[in-house]
Amino acid sequence: MSKFALKTALPAYLRDEQIKMEEYARGFGLDFFPTVFEVLSYDQMNEVASYGGFPVRYPHWRFGMEYEQLSKSYEYGLSKIYEMVINNTPSIAYLLEGNSMVEQKLVMAHVLGHVDFFKHNFAFKVTDQGTDAQTGAPLRKWIDTMANNGSVVRRWANRVGIEKVEEFIDQCLSLENLIDPHKPFSPATATRKGMEEFEGEDKTPTPETPRLRVDRDYMEGFINPPAFMEAQRKKSADELEKAKKFPEKRDRDVLGFLLDHAPLERWERDVLAVVRREAYYFAPQMQTKIMNEGWATYWHSKIMTEKACDSSEIIDYADRTAGVLATAPGQFNPYKLGIELYRSIEDRWNKGQFGKEWEDCDDLEARRSWDRRLGQGRQKLFEARSLYTDVTFIDEFLTPDFVAEQKMYTFGYNQRNDRYEIETRKFNEVKQKLLERLTNGGNPFIYVEDANQGNRGELLLSHEHMGVDLRVDYAREVLRALVRVWKRPVELHTVVENKKTLLRFDGSEHVQRAMK
Amino acid sequence: MVAVALRLTYTARVSLRIDQDHGRFRSIVRGRIRQNLRKYISQGELLGRQGKDVVSIPIPQIDIPRFRYGDKQQGGVGQGDGEQGDPLSGEEKEGEGGKKAGHGEGQHALEVEVTLDELAEILGEELALPHIENKGKAKIVNEKDRYVGIRRVGPNSLRHFKRTYRHALQRQIATGTYDPKRPVIIPTRDDMRFRSWKTETEPVANAVIIYMMDVSGSMGDEQKEIVRIESFWIDAWLKSQYKGLETRFIIHDAVAREVDRDTFFRTRESGGTMISSAYKLAAQIIENDYPPAEWNIYPFHFSDGDNWSVDDTLLCIEILKQKLMPASNVFCYGQVESPYGSGQFIKDLREHLKLDERVITSEIRDRDAIVGSIREFLGKGR
Repeated sequence: MSKFALKTALPAYLRDEQIKMEEYARGFGLDFFPTVFEVLSYDQMNEVASYGGFPVRYPHWRFGMEYEQLSKSYEYGLSKIYEMVINNTPSIAYLLEGNSMVEQKLVMAHVLGHVDFFKHNFAFKVTDQGTDAQTGAPLRKWIDTMANNGSVVRRWANRVGIEKVEEFIDQCLSLENLIDPHKPFSPATATRKGMEEFEGEDKTPTPETPRLRVDRDYMEGFINPPAFMEAQRKKSADELEKAKKFPEKRDRDVLGFLLDHAPLERWERDVLAVVRREAYYFAPQMQTKIMNEGWATYWHSKIMTEKACDSSEIIDYADRTAGVLATAPGQFNPYKLGIELYRSIEDRWNKGQFGKEWEDCDDLEARRSWDRRLGQGRQKLFEARSLYTDVTFIDEFLTPDFVAEQKMYTFGYNQRNDRYEIETRKFNEVKQKLLERLTNGGNPFIYVEDANQGNRGELLLSHEHMGVDLRVDYAREVLRALVRVWKRPVELHTVVENKKTLLRFDGSEHVQRAMK
Repeated sequence: MVAVALRLTYTARVSLRIDQDHGRFRSIVRGRIRQNLRKYISQGELLGRQGKDVVSIPIPQIDIPRFRYGDKQQGGVGQGDGEQGDPLSGEEKEGEGGKKAGHGEGQHALEVEVTLDELAEILGEELALPHIENKGKAKIVNEKDRYVGIRRVGPNSLRHFKRTYRHALQRQIATGTYDPKRPVIIPTRDDMRFRSWKTETEPVANAVIIYMMDVSGSMGDEQKEIVRIESFWIDAWLKSQYKGLETRFIIHDAVAREVDRDTFFRTRESGGTMISSAYKLAAQIIENDYPPAEWNIYPFHFSDGDNWSVDDTLLCIEILKQKLMPASNVFCYGQVESPYGSGQFIKDLREHLKLDERVITSEIRDRDAIVGSIREFLGKGR
């Protein structure tokens, strides 16, 4: 057991329930890492939740801010954290002290759903840290990693000063979303070769201009006439220019790029590496919120209603779950959306409502009574939970019928009335809007284009505009953070109000102007 | 004045690791450190329900800037009823845990400012007031009844509707007598649930503040207002340090009498000033009601310093030395400035009692000086 876990002993009656729950879950086909449940008081729960589920993190006010919101919310009776589980081996999950038996059972069932998801969804493979030599099971010792990260930061804070380190972390956090979630994680290469190679023209030796071989000096002017020499010189200069463009292909892992090539002091490097490592750890969870919560809710519902609840508990259970799945106007609830999608998939694959024949069928009556009795629902569910993330899940499984049944709509801001309004219930637009929100976790696509812009070692980034502008004031601040790390001017190419725009910060002045 | 206070009890708890990060966050929000983060601080709010009212709880937030999309263009996806063009009511956030303020129409939120506890805590932090060392044993227990339990028998006035309904529903479903088409629930005797109470013992209210105010002719409205403000804050702070706090009010001119809080703040000017009358009365109250071994006693006296005579002043010193000081944690004298008074009393106090650490005097020139005065009074943590 990790030495950093809280190690509160689970009371025997809860341990018994856990064993029963795991049996039911396995009976349905769920397969999960060994899971440890701990019972916490409400303020310990709030603390752990502020730390993202971990007992220890690096010192920073952002966790204090999270705690302020959670504890205030709790104090005023607005919300209560029921469950918290982390992607780790073994998985650690927290139960709130004082919850009723029904609630604890519900939480356990829900947690087992989550852990099965962590284990089997492909997006979480990036959080593997190796495999157990004996069992071949993946190792995810993240409690230790987080605690180690905390130690690293604390040690540097002691040497360099907490304010300095905290300020630097603030700037790294501005860059936290600049990772490439599709690339398997690779730790940064340790050398600083980047900057030294491109450190200005003085240090670069002027290469010899290639000339044709001349045997006799007086022939020089004829074999290599000035015009020819001029052309050659220009050619090699161009090639040199091209070679100096770095990276060759644009790079989405901005944080990784900075780690490899920015002139960072040792402590800065360590701290930035911590921020980047953790960003990669959390990325899969952000990409699968709907699927994960839907999966856990689907299973807790099944386990509780079919196996675990007796008649005295069923009403309380229903009361509780109704709260979790409630949807207020103007929101969508990932738990609700998730579970309904899974139910829809199960239903369709049981009835055979998929495939070319189904897609082509126009007859409403036929569609409504379509039932090929294939019984493939359960199997399809398990397949889906392994192979998709929210974006591909929605793309694949959201149907017009579903959108209509769930009464989904898009809303947008109406300038004239100065408020948000319902825009449309049309399937294509709802799907489009949802995908937009989910793609890249709702973050814009930013790339490193050139690390030696203008041959002055300046950093050039590009924003791939997909229909929505960046928030410019924030963008300026991020440029400031980038300059702090890159130590040279940084420029961003984007589109603002339909015009190609350049934003630039050189350490003292901000520039914004249209580009041709 | 402070708006709705939801809780008045001071809850202590074991310190957690997060307290360091939390403390840092609060310091930043108050502007005491990391001034460069000020521009990112915004006032978010939590919206909640208190019965049928919507309650708004202010929550400060520091938004770290990132590359992100501009807000207004985005909109989103929702679920529920409504026609095209209908406004959204409530917040546009995803499921659980969003924090943006609502754009809803027709929602009036009761602003919950901060609890008195938090105010007191902020005051304590701002003034760096140390927490007070508790004196006295918690021998005398106070018993209070709180309605937190449920039992199966009880008077009709204590019926718990929701629980009774739930049990009746469960019974009917289990026995198959529930008809979803005609959902009529009839509870039987066994289904009935009633609220019941628990008798809780509260540890002793072991602190008492004795406020004394000079209401002679020379104390005007402004002076009394200053006293009122200062005593409110002192009261709030001390209340947060003690589980129960008693307060006694004495007003005096040439004669002293005990009054209630309202009267304390509203009495009009009258006659001449004999401070000894107040001190005598205070000493008597202590003797009658508050054995010093078990009580933390805080006498506060506010005056404009214009006592009747030197003799009376000497008498006051006597009473202080013999009766009041031996019984008190601190004795605080605040002198407000008055156009009529000489302000001599504070000088005399200081001269005669400068050796006693527990006597604290403070001049309160105007409203702005109140904070400094409180710091002087309570800064020593006694």
